[in-house]
Amino acid sequence: MCNVCGCGAGETRIEGEAVDHEQEHEHVHADGTVHRHSHGAASHQWVPVAAGHAHRHAPDGEHVHEHADGSLHYGHGPAGAHAPGMSQAQMVKIEQNILAKNDGLAERNRGWLADRGILALNLVSSPGSGKTTLLVRTIESLKGRVPVAVVEGDQQTSFDAERIRATGAPALQINTGKGCHLDAHMVGRALEKLAPADDSVLLIENVGNLVCPAAFDLGEAAKVVVLSVTEGEDKPLKYPDMFAAASLMLVNKTDLLPYLNFPMDRAIEYALRVNPTLQVIQVSATTGAGFDAWLGWIDARLAEAMAARTR
Amino acid sequence: MHEMSLAEGIRQIVEDAGRSQGFGRVKLVVLEIGQLSSVEPESLRFCFDVVMKDSIADGAQLQIDPVPGSGWCMQCAESVPISVLYDPCPKCGSYQVQATGGTEMRVKELEIE
Repeated sequence: MCNVCGCGAGETRIEGEAVDHEQEHEHVHADGTVHRHSHGAASHQWVPVAAGHAHRHAPDGEHVHEHADGSLHYGHGPAGAHAPGMSQAQMVKIEQNILAKNDGLAERNRGWLADRGILALNLVSSPGSGKTTLLVRTIESLKGRVPVAVVEGDQQTSFDAERIRATGAPALQINTGKGCHLDAHMVGRALEKLAPADDSVLLIENVGNLVCPAAFDLGEAAKVVVLSVTEGEDKPLKYPDMFAAASLMLVNKTDLLPYLNFPMDRAIEYALRVNPTLQVIQVSATTGAGFDAWLGWIDARLAEAMAARTR
Repeated sequence: MHEMSLAEGIRQIVEDAGRSQGFGRVKLVVLEIGQLSSVEPESLRFCFDVVMKDSIADGAQLQIDPVPGSGWCMQCAESVPISVLYDPCPKCGSYQVQATGGTEMRVKELEIE
């Protein structure tokens, strides 16, 4: 799926190779410009329409109320006044999740991983939280004991996959092009290519983005959100969806705490407000502090995955 | 967030339904969007019109039915209304509230010709 224009395919590349493309098609933008493109080898450019479009009132007079608390209220436009049964038209029940396609592919990935006793973790955070450094140290700590494979998601470059490969672990880079998150289709393709070993750990480093990856199930056993102490302690409240979707929060870069004004208790309290069942481990990927707890968390989940292996 | 992707998901669902149920024109798409879901309705509305072009729902109206948020308060051991993920329990003030309802993003029904 092209995650920028949302049009079925895009610039996603796995190790430089394009992912499936769909047919040529056309978009008509709000300002009337027609934008036709194919998803062949040639990449396409997303051309934004005039600035400010997203918040303009629609020409059909539909309108949006803004409340004092900042929330927006819809439903006073023509659609809100709709009365089924007034014409020849008929209503058809659909009752389908908008992300059903992604969720279906994610379930397929989950089944594939479960059959093989593979523990898949989806690591999510803002850019620069130290995910790759954390992965490198995690792989080195598990080396010789547990096989680890890595899927790296970034908009561009294969720098991260190269850093992982330097540890000796197999790694596959997915470039999302203009896209802001990995989806289950990309990860499914990566699983086929990477073919991780049975009874192993698969670490998926998502695109550095605290917003979009929250909604896209990849088939992982758990999302692990990394919050570094160089970020604000209020991140969990500012970006609650991600902290709500995660099972574990790693508070990284704790070696820098003496130089910062980072109220750890408050950061954890905020995260628990959003998600009362979130587990929290404080780590430093630079010094290795807290890694015993983190590796213990992985071991416990890997044991569960291995016990459930079906083949 | 990625409302374009969501709009594309809606288009796929609508086109699939049209093919399997044999209708060719959609006048209205009704969505259920939970208050605690990660969808920005205004942004989705904008993307909807763009993405539906040349589909069977080209020019269709979009109706978004909001679903109120709810959570399970672990202290009160009951379901309580919340409007954001980090809301405290309106009864006891505890933050031990796990979101349980209002996270959906669904295509509910279509009006067809």
